Amino acid sequence: MSWLIVLPLLIPLTTGILCLVLGSRSAQRVLGLVGALGLLAAALALLSQVNQRGIQAVQVGNWPAPFGITFAADHLSALMVLVSGVVAVVVALYALAEGDTPREQQGYYALSHLLLFGVNGAFLTGDLFNLYVWFEVLLLSSFVLMILGGSKAQLAGGVKYFAVSLLSSILFLVAVGLLYGATGALNMADLATRVGSLAPGLRDGLAMLFLGAFGLKAAVFPFFFWLPASYPAPPVIISALFAGLLTKVGVYALLRVFTLLFTQDTAFTHTVILWVAGLTLLLGVLLALAQGELRRLLSFQLVSHIGYMLMGLGILTPLGLTGSVFYALNHMIVIAALFLLAGLLERLQGTTVLVRMGGLYQSHPWLAVLFLLPAFSLAGLPPFSGFWAKFTLVAAGLQAGQYAIVAVALLVGLLTLLSMGLVFAEAFWKNPPRPLAGTPTPPGLGVPVALLALLALGLGLWAEPLLALSQRAAQELLEPSRYIEAVLGVSR
Amino acid sequence: MNTLILKTTSRFLFTLLLLLSVFLLLRGHNEPGGGFIGALVAVGAYALFALAHGLTAARKLLPLPPLRLVGWGLLVALLSALVAFFLNKPLMTGVWFSLLGVKVGTPVIFDIGVYLTVFGALLSAIFGLEETADRTPEEAP
Amino acid sequence: METWMALLVGGLSAVGVYLMLRPHLIQFLIGFLVLGNAANLLIFTSGRLGSAFPPLVQPDGTVLAPYANPLPQALILTAIVIGFALAAFGIVLFFRAEQVLKTLNAEAMPERLEAAPAPSPVDEVREERA
Repeated sequence: MSWLIVLPLLIPLTTGILCLVLGSRSAQRVLGLVGALGLLAAALALLSQVNQRGIQAVQVGNWPAPFGITFAADHLSALMVLVSGVVAVVVALYALAEGDTPREQQGYYALSHLLLFGVNGAFLTGDLFNLYVWFEVLLLSSFVLMILGGSKAQLAGGVKYFAVSLLSSILFLVAVGLLYGATGALNMADLATRVGSLAPGLRDGLAMLFLGAFGLKAAVFPFFFWLPASYPAPPVIISALFAGLLTKVGVYALLRVFTLLFTQDTAFTHTVILWVAGLTLLLGVLLALAQGELRRLLSFQLVSHIGYMLMGLGILTPLGLTGSVFYALNHMIVIAALFLLAGLLERLQGTTVLVRMGGLYQSHPWLAVLFLLPAFSLAGLPPFSGFWAKFTLVAAGLQAGQYAIVAVALLVGLLTLLSMGLVFAEAFWKNPPRPLAGTPTPPGLGVPVALLALLALGLGLWAEPLLALSQRAAQELLEPSRYIEAVLGVSR
Repeated sequence: MNTLILKTTSRFLFTLLLLLSVFLLLRGHNEPGGGFIGALVAVGAYALFALAHGLTAARKLLPLPPLRLVGWGLLVALLSALVAFFLNKPLMTGVWFSLLGVKVGTPVIFDIGVYLTVFGALLSAIFGLEETADRTPEEAP
Repeated sequence: METWMALLVGGLSAVGVYLMLRPHLIQFLIGFLVLGNAANLLIFTSGRLGSAFPPLVQPDGTVLAPYANPLPQALILTAIVIGFALAAFGIVLFFRAEQVLKTLNAEAMPERLEAAPAPSPVDEVREERA
């Protein structure tokens, strides 16, 4: 029974290892898909168990709780793992259809599964230092993925990504070291019982260090500059994976740390988070409007919408956190769909510079529909999933009396719609300024995009199940005692 | 780097360093040493040999390409962690058994996996560097 | 002792940050290593000198006095190994970057590889239609 928690780690690890050991390209392709499907199945099983029996915990190596390393799965962790499984399956399908042979031979499938291994480890660990280790696991795989193939743009972007990641690693390490020095604990549940007795100044200082370390990973204001400089560089099978998963790990860490550990001086810490959220929202979307290249535009949209997830955390009410969790899950699906679509458009038109594109509505009307589904969801139009996420957040903001952030959120929703509308007008509606030279597009590339787009629509039309699950996740986040009991009580 | 002295001594040093690395690996359980440090010494041996005799000669002394070794190392480590599954204990629980009078346990097997992983990963980095350094930049992939 | 360690950590951090702010990538990497060592020393100091809890206690309550707290050492060892792996990857990355981009100066690296940034559809200027 306790093995179900570690299954989302073991499946990607085994897949990655087998891909490395086997080496034959066709075997890797099959394994890449099978491993992703297995991860999805394991995540579903884990979620249903968490839903039935409450928070699950396992003590690795059979060392009792505050001394050994704990893995714990509550609703938040299980949902994040589930959606990362969905993204993994879809990206694997796209990679299979695209068949980028050189990158496949250089180990794309092994690396992408090792990346998933790190991502899921970060979602499931209950130990702060272990979280650092998982961050490094996913970072190292992402570094190699970032420069896989070694094109000029990838190396230039990779250098920046590498440099910023090193900085955030050190910040995280320093923060963990200081927190350990102050409390003598590293287990998050154990820490939660001890942080309260620290001096307020020390506690707030530590909280800000963690905000900086995770904020760099999540690409929030003022640390977002690196993301649009590096994410557009690698091919979409890599950047869609990054866009869907990596920043969400930072968001997850923020959600975890600022609900479990630093909840004493919310007047200070969570106000800072609200400011960060508002500035991220505004600057991200304004910079997105100024972009003329589709992937850079999407990268800035990605940054901007991280702000919504922080907004719910800053409000820190059950409704606000529900909105944050729901938004994070919805955004993983939507942004992955948009990145994959950008790759598809690049293949069809040979460019992603918006003014040079055009005429897609005439040649591929179904593709226009596929674009509009996630685009409307991103902008928050009903009946798409993004609407319910934003609706929850706005309602939470109004309830808590945070009118300024609500105004920003609504404005950013409008500007997102404008930005998506411009993309539609440029790439799909207008006639191309000169004949476009696309590359032959293998059949089946549209299928994974369609899956995600329909999922975004389906989550909008039947929002209740996921919304209810997000609500339970939010309840668990606001009652740390349940998490603490599940982790520390297991072996006593 | 083609001096006679280096070429001759590197042959002896290669064997000695490999022996030392295995010694460090096995010693690591109760005393300073272990898979990581052992692997570093082994990589040192191969790097020295490659400096003296060239990359192709060093590659010939490897049973598998370095990245394949990483895979096998991870596989060994993973299997050692999975042993606990058959005893119905949590992941990575240490299991000890006696093999021909020698006490062997899953932590030792895990360490061997670490050894292979670190060895393969570092060696592929070093070989990669030497390979691209030999070629002109235009030919580099 | 703690004061000296704190000063050492501070000094190393200053050196590390200075080097990481240099435009040259090799200086950046050395800065990362120095800063990483500062972080490790910080963990070491906070674990051994600051923690009030004896590391090893017998079941009957006697404290095994001569033993240091093993946890910070384990943490530092992990951090060193990770830092080592990152540095090794960084050297390979910067080497490849130097070969392809012909520079190791971060400021000389192109923000984007096209000559001019793609004009935004918001702008009135449309290169092709004009």
